[in-house]
Amino acid sequence: MALDTRQRTQESSRQHDGDAPVLPVTVIEPMRGWQALRLHELREYKALLFYLALRDLKVRYKQAALGLLWVVLQPVLTMALFTIVFGHLARLPSDGLPHPIFYLAALLPWQLFAGTFTRVSNCLVSSANLITKVYFPRVLVPVSTTALGIVDFAVAFMVLLALLAAYRVTPHWGMLLLPAFVLLALGAALGLGLWVAVWNVRYRDMQHIVPFLVQLGMFASPVVYPVSLVPEGIWRTLYTLNPMVGVIQGFRWAISGQNPPDLLAVAISAVIVLVLFTGGIYYFRRAEQTFADVV
Amino acid sequence: MTNTAIKVENMRKRYRIGAREAIWGSLHDAVRQWLRASWRRRSEEHIWALDDVSFEIKQGEVVGIIGRNGSGKSTLFKILARITEPTSGRAELHGRVGSLLEVGTGFHPELTGRENIYLNGAILGMKKWEIDHRFDEIVAFSEIEKFLDTPVKHYSSGMYVRLAFAVAAHLEPEILLVDEVLAVGDVAFQKKCLGKMDEVAAQGRTVLFVSHNMQAIEHLCRSALVLRDGQLVYQGAVEDAIALYLKSRIGDERAGYADLRAHPGRLAGMQRLLTGIGLRDPAVPGGYRNVVSTGEDLEFEITFDCGDQVLDYAALGISALSGERVITVGTHLCPTFAATFTGQGSLRCTIPHVHLAGGTYNVFIAIGNRYMKQNLDYVVDAMQLHVHYDGYYGLDGALMPGEGHMAQRSGWQVADDPPSREK
Repeated sequence: MALDTRQRTQESSRQHDGDAPVLPVTVIEPMRGWQALRLHELREYKALLFYLALRDLKVRYKQAALGLLWVVLQPVLTMALFTIVFGHLARLPSDGLPHPIFYLAALLPWQLFAGTFTRVSNCLVSSANLITKVYFPRVLVPVSTTALGIVDFAVAFMVLLALLAAYRVTPHWGMLLLPAFVLLALGAALGLGLWVAVWNVRYRDMQHIVPFLVQLGMFASPVVYPVSLVPEGIWRTLYTLNPMVGVIQGFRWAISGQNPPDLLAVAISAVIVLVLFTGGIYYFRRAEQTFADVV
Repeated sequence: MTNTAIKVENMRKRYRIGAREAIWGSLHDAVRQWLRASWRRRSEEHIWALDDVSFEIKQGEVVGIIGRNGSGKSTLFKILARITEPTSGRAELHGRVGSLLEVGTGFHPELTGRENIYLNGAILGMKKWEIDHRFDEIVAFSEIEKFLDTPVKHYSSGMYVRLAFAVAAHLEPEILLVDEVLAVGDVAFQKKCLGKMDEVAAQGRTVLFVSHNMQAIEHLCRSALVLRDGQLVYQGAVEDAIALYLKSRIGDERAGYADLRAHPGRLAGMQRLLTGIGLRDPAVPGGYRNVVSTGEDLEFEITFDCGDQVLDYAALGISALSGERVITVGTHLCPTFAATFTGQGSLRCTIPHVHLAGGTYNVFIAIGNRYMKQNLDYVVDAMQLHVHYDGYYGLDGALMPGEGHMAQRSGWQVADDPPSREK
């Protein structure tokens, strides 16, 4: 079932032709099941993945006068706002961390997730001109949009490091686990985004729903408040099913060494992300055959 | 080498009628439709854009695909280019496939020419080393050396198209799919494109070419496919394919008539005096046609509305698609015409035994006043004319591209007595 017809034909043509130059053979027919994944194609289109990502980055910073500065300003200004509103006015607890660090440590993974999710959701519609004119594995479009979020994240992370130094927080060994949490946030964003991107091609309602979902998601994740504020028991358990809870908790723990996340919760999040992601990729590749007809 | 390059078997593609509405509609519509469908079992209408098409193309062939709008040409192309998937059937493509469905696909206005060459190359399926390798050639072909590091949004449209075609033309696939790229750019650029495609074909690559430009098809291809309503109706020699296609167009009621009241071909500064031009069909009383046979009489009917202006001059020209004027006729060249015309009315222009070679021609029309020595209205490309030989030479003869726009019968024999040079 998972047998790839393309490869099969390639081998048989090799036998027939003898020493004649072997041309790659493309077979076009309706795809079924896992065959539609055609993962081997992704390797052939490496260059395109690179140039699509490069295009996004260049276009983003080319015309903006302040360029990279925006990447720093956005989380820093939001952090300042949260510190004033939620920290000083609403007096929400911060688990013993200085407020700026408490908020920035959550904003970094949250913005990585929210930005990537939003961009992935819209990616097919915004590159409709490409999709209706030329063939390439469509999954490159959402995957290449993650580059932007990663670069933004890396720049903003420098700010976090500077802030840690300013507050004289000694680095904790948990920092070594940060890449794992980043990966989890990206996986969640892509996993969810792939589904929404496909629906968006068919129902443009998604464009209105996504910003609302993101806003909702921020309050359903411990961005402006600590997890300890959520009542323990069934509510806490349900709450931790949100993968971003584990990610943000993990982030705060990794830089401060305080309040380690519930390992079981993180494991469950990871499994959820994995299922979302695998399902998303499969659903996307099955649906991509019709994108050009409907987008 | 006579290996198969493209093999298509029983290809079918179905679209749902009215699908567009559902797509642009919303979730609300979808829910309503789903509710309705659940109690009235699926009564959707479908249309077969491609209906059981099978053909085979050998390596190194240059094949044209001809058909009216909606005949399935684009669908076939989109399937072969893998932009969309067939509903059923199968196709085999031997070799790397490059498709030129539209030049400049994926160009980003903010990026420089250099950056766009790499991006566009990658989109068309080139590897980085291939682009590196061809970079200088691409730049030379596009003639944009000086602007290589300027964002393409500052390019003129000509530069933009040249660069886009240059990238695409230097993609070196074994199979090239080309769809109407020649519709863009000026005449000089179109010639350059045709030249490049000749070159590609000469290298033994397989080219599949879709165009409405019969001259380009005739020039480039030796064989052609004709599609009609999603079905393949002919595969064979290009001349026969074009003749079949042109004949099928006779059914277009308005094909031989053009409304000139708001015509895009009207030159700047002209008054709107001409209202229409049509080529009378002698076989159908009151009917028009745009397909004629070499040697036939042409009868144009030109309608005008020039208010209270008094005119005494009209001219009509026929040009080849290259822009070269082939025929000019006018009232000033007709010794029996000594009239003036005003208000609403029509002119009849007859051209006996038109000796045009087979192909597509553009017709221009102008009216004016000889005393004022100027044209008051002038419309270029007012209508198109398709000429085919239809046995003009008494056999299956036809002129080759480059042998001129005029067909002329001639007599030949081996003379019995050798000519004496002394006289």
